[in-house]
Amino acid sequence: MAEPALSIRGLTKQYGNGFQALKGIDLDVQQGDFFALLGPNGAGKSTTLGVVCSLVQKSQGKVSIFGIDIDKDFAKAKYQLGVVPQEFNFNQFEKVHDIVLAQAGYYGMTRREAIPRAKQLLTDLGLWDKRDGSARMLSGGMKRRLMIARALMHRPKLLILDEPTAGVDIELRRSMWEYMRRINRDEGTTIILTTHYLEEAESLCRNIAIINHGEIVRNTSVRELLTELSRETFLLDLAAPVSDAPVIDGFDIQRVEASQLSLVVHRGQRLNDVFDALTDQGLQVVSMRNHANRLEEMFVSMVDGSQNKIDQPSDNKQEARV
Amino acid sequence: MNASQTLVALWTLVLKEIKRFTRIWPQTLLPPSITMAMYFIIFGNLIGSRIGSMDGFTYMDFIVPGLIMMSVITNSYSNVASSFFSNKFQRSIEEMMVSPMPNWVILAGFILGGMARGLGVGLIVTLVSLFFTRLTVEHPLLTVLVVVLTSALFSIGGFINALLANKFDDISIVPTFILTPLTYLGGVFYSISMLPDVWQGVSMLNPILYMVNVFRYGFLGVSDIPVGWALTAVLGFILVLFWVALSMLARGKGIRS
Repeated sequence: MAEPALSIRGLTKQYGNGFQALKGIDLDVQQGDFFALLGPNGAGKSTTLGVVCSLVQKSQGKVSIFGIDIDKDFAKAKYQLGVVPQEFNFNQFEKVHDIVLAQAGYYGMTRREAIPRAKQLLTDLGLWDKRDGSARMLSGGMKRRLMIARALMHRPKLLILDEPTAGVDIELRRSMWEYMRRINRDEGTTIILTTHYLEEAESLCRNIAIINHGEIVRNTSVRELLTELSRETFLLDLAAPVSDAPVIDGFDIQRVEASQLSLVVHRGQRLNDVFDALTDQGLQVVSMRNHANRLEEMFVSMVDGSQNKIDQPSDNKQEARV
Repeated sequence: MNASQTLVALWTLVLKEIKRFTRIWPQTLLPPSITMAMYFIIFGNLIGSRIGSMDGFTYMDFIVPGLIMMSVITNSYSNVASSFFSNKFQRSIEEMMVSPMPNWVILAGFILGGMARGLGVGLIVTLVSLFFTRLTVEHPLLTVLVVVLTSALFSIGGFINALLANKFDDISIVPTFILTPLTYLGGVFYSISMLPDVWQGVSMLNPILYMVNVFRYGFLGVSDIPVGWALTAVLGFILVLFWVALSMLARGKGIRS
């Protein structure tokens, strides 16, 4: 079997102030995978990825990238690695073209190799016509795409994306998803993603690890995880307002607004039964949607109540933030 | 990284540094030229003509080497201090840290960038001085050697300052309160032979005195201190500070959590 793209064993990190950010993490990400690392704020996601890309010094443990131990040959391991951080980390006063060419140079790529590569990536990511402009003039979404182009210059086999679509509008987010799917599918690039958008993880990723309080609490496939989902909450929009929530045996139904109900469906229950009962009571359902992303429901059940700071944009319940 | 990749990485970083200070030339190259022209006019021409000779040379000829060296020192130091701290502040230092570039290449890249500015400004100031005096160079190789070593030394100093700095104020403390006084008291404007014995002894503790004097020796052929000893001391300082900077970089001082 091929070496994992990323293998972490017993990784711990204690900061100078005594805070134990990682408490012995074990994690494998297989080659070609599209992997999500999820967790609440402060759970240890960015610390874990920081150790992998050398921005954070580990306290203990072993990290290998495609079988290369970072303690033995970090430089060789870094060639396999591309990093797109959460915060903008380029010189805002430099030109877009200069930023990507400099990054290629840091990996030892000559300008003869780097210039066509930069043209290809900047074109693919819709930045070619901005190449001679200063990076500070780019919009937020363009800056994120610039960081993706920069990370891909040296053709890494493992791409780490730390919240790549944070603050990006929906249309652009979906085009970035498509681009990430393409490099994962067509070029075989292994992708590790952290995100607050659980819809993003469910849509893109095949495997998932959930980290909380510096420990991996779950590491499985997205499909497997969703089969374990024991309940789902739906919002039902009614054709006419109701004064009270209807009562249906075995189902938990609440009135949210005059014309909207919330419905909790447990595993084994059938939606048809609900619709039949509502029809019998003279209620017509005109539309239905998940109250929250399915993965989010699963996530909420896994992490401690105190840590479940679910920050949901009021206009789009699907985009629950963890 | 193999040797050719390492060279590409180093050249990339040096070129980036040179682009940075040439892009903002009104802040980096123009001010020292104007300031030094003022020194030449006021101290060299107007006041210098009343001072008479210094160590057997006109006052203008005496101060030119010191003023060139002063420009090289301050510009080498401040270039690396501000550029590296700016990289820390904007987090663009992470571009280098995630790459396979060895730490010594990162350090050398910034040092060479600082030297490019320091020596570039030194050349500009030298050209400006030609409007006021006719320069003669008694020992050209020694002159070049000492100015290059001095520029390297203060570039490393600027790097260490930037590593330790937590805010922009921290990179102006050393130039303002240490470098400038030491430079002014380092024999730029006077010969230490004019000082009482006690103050001559105190002056000998000032490292900048040695650099200014060796540089002046290169131009004029006179020095207050032994040239060989001074060169050895500068070289020693470079090696020690390079090692200190490299160790700090390896430990991630100020840049890794």
